[in-house]
Amino acid sequence: MPFLNEKIECMPKEQLKKLQSERLVKTVENCYKNVECFRKRMDEKNLKPEDIKGIEDLHKLPFSYKKDLRDYYPYGLFAVNMKDVVRVHASSGTTGKRIVVGYTEKDLDMWADCVARMFAEIGVTDKDIVQVSFGYGLFTGGFGLHAGAEKIGATVIPMSSGNTSLQIQTMIDFKATVICCTPSYAMYLGEEVERLGVKDQLSLKYGIFGAEPWTEDMRKAIENSLNIKAYDIYGLSEVMGPGVACECKYQNGMHVWEDNFLVEIIDPETGEVLPEGEKGELVFTSVNKEAFPVIRYRTRDICSLKTEKCKCGRTHIIMNKPTGRSDDMLIIRGVNVFPSQIEEVLLKVSGNSITPNYQIVVDRVNNTDTFEVNVEMSESFLEDDIDIKTIEKMEKSITEKLRSTLGIGAKVHLVNPKSIERSTGKAKRVIDKRKLV
Amino acid sequence: MIITQLSVFLENKPGRLFDVTDALAESGIDISALSLSETAEYGVLRLILSNPEKAKQIISDLGVVVKTTKTLAVAIDDIPGGMANFLKIFNDNGLDVRYMYACVGRVSGKALMVVKLSDTEKGEAILKEKGLDNLKPTDIYRI
Ligand SMILES: [Zn+2]
Repeated sequence: MPFLNEKIECMPKEQLKKLQSERLVKTVENCYKNVECFRKRMDEKNLKPEDIKGIEDLHKLPFSYKKDLRDYYPYGLFAVNMKDVVRVHASSGTTGKRIVVGYTEKDLDMWADCVARMFAEIGVTDKDIVQVSFGYGLFTGGFGLHAGAEKIGATVIPMSSGNTSLQIQTMIDFKATVICCTPSYAMYLGEEVERLGVKDQLSLKYGIFGAEPWTEDMRKAIENSLNIKAYDIYGLSEVMGPGVACECKYQNGMHVWEDNFLVEIIDPETGEVLPEGEKGELVFTSVNKEAFPVIRYRTRDICSLKTEKCKCGRTHIIMNKPTGRSDDMLIIRGVNVFPSQIEEVLLKVSGNSITPNYQIVVDRVNNTDTFEVNVEMSESFLEDDIDIKTIEKMEKSITEKLRSTLGIGAKVHLVNPKSIERSTGKAKRVIDKRKLV
Repeated sequence: MIITQLSVFLENKPGRLFDVTDALAESGIDISALSLSETAEYGVLRLILSNPEKAKQIISDLGVVVKTTKTLAVAIDDIPGGMANFLKIFNDNGLDVRYMYACVGRVSGKALMVVKLSDTEKGEAILKEKGLDNLKPTDIYRI
């Protein structure tokens, strides 16, 4: 099994815990001294850095939130002098003000190391040619994958995103063996490759995809259309960027690089740490970062962890694919519903009969929750002589699939193509009209 | 006579039918025949119009799915059994009637009907053969 750093990646649990504890204590001391927001929260809890003696005290520490990054925009959460910050990245988030994160030279090296571990693991070597089709710029995707691939010694094509025909031509001409991009773009590339009939001109072997949620069905579709093995990479710029956790060859979830990141699952309502295996909100603490350390950062991603021994030999904990966002979770008639579950059902609807645009409308009428899902038909779904029966059949089929997946019934409405409002960027998926008194 | 029919998908929301007919009226397009089939949830509006291509664009601009298909327009003697005679001809020739609806108005004592058959071209050929394909475009569109 190829390792980038076998000693770290396969470090016995006890030893790993010791390393984490040492690093956590140092991080807390440093943040208390240099980050005003953290110091205030510690003081509010009557906590001193000395109270944190190791990872067993992690749960005592205050949480941090995306809102903090907005409140202290742009550099208010940095823990080092600006002269030591060699790079910043920024993201728009989904709403409002941008957030900014920073890196020292050592941080960039640590990041490259995390990503390189993944390349090494899946079998990428210095003989490979890696096309990085994540965007380069303020977004962390392009630079993150780029640095990891270089660290392995692979040849990097810094393609960035967009211009699909040039992407495919480059892949063919430059004999790229690895492609890195978002899964939705990989789907699109695959469709274009099939349409152009150039699949057999590709040299691709592996794909690394991340930065947005994707399903096992999407994985299969990408693997088929590009004739590759597809791997999942997880990360967020607030914590570092892509590479916080990566799939290994066994694809049994993603190893969180625990020498750098401590991970917890909490109940998003109460903040309590949940026992292993339970589903809840993912929380990260970076223990090996200088410029922008985060302590108990609430990702809002919902997933679960498992410590079972992985066949690859790595001892680092495994996180399952996030199944949704805690700020997206709806409780409808007492049942937890994630929009991602609905999306998954809709993606499975055959052919091109519906678009991936949908909208969930929840309301409360006579003390009972109403739950409606509006689904856009595609223009091509309707025959030339539109027949209501076809529409009703489709509605019934989606209704049944939703009920069996969610455990509760939804009223499905098929609506005209492009009739669901698209805000700039992400569509507004959920309208919750319930006023809880 | 074979004519172009528009089918329009309507979500059963208040005002949708009005929006469509209003937009057509504003553009000076006459509706010669109209049929609405609906359930509690959905409606399909079928239209025969003076300018189907232009109407299609206008309706489409409302963000509504609109499709075109060919149907048959026939003039039926407005006497008892007039309709049955026609249906017998179709039936004898193995043609199924999917649906039919009436045009507003009539031509020289005959009722104008829009008929959707399992095979529109064959239906027209048979009517021609029997001398029953007796309509001109102006009969339909000037109503
Ligand atoms: Zn593994």
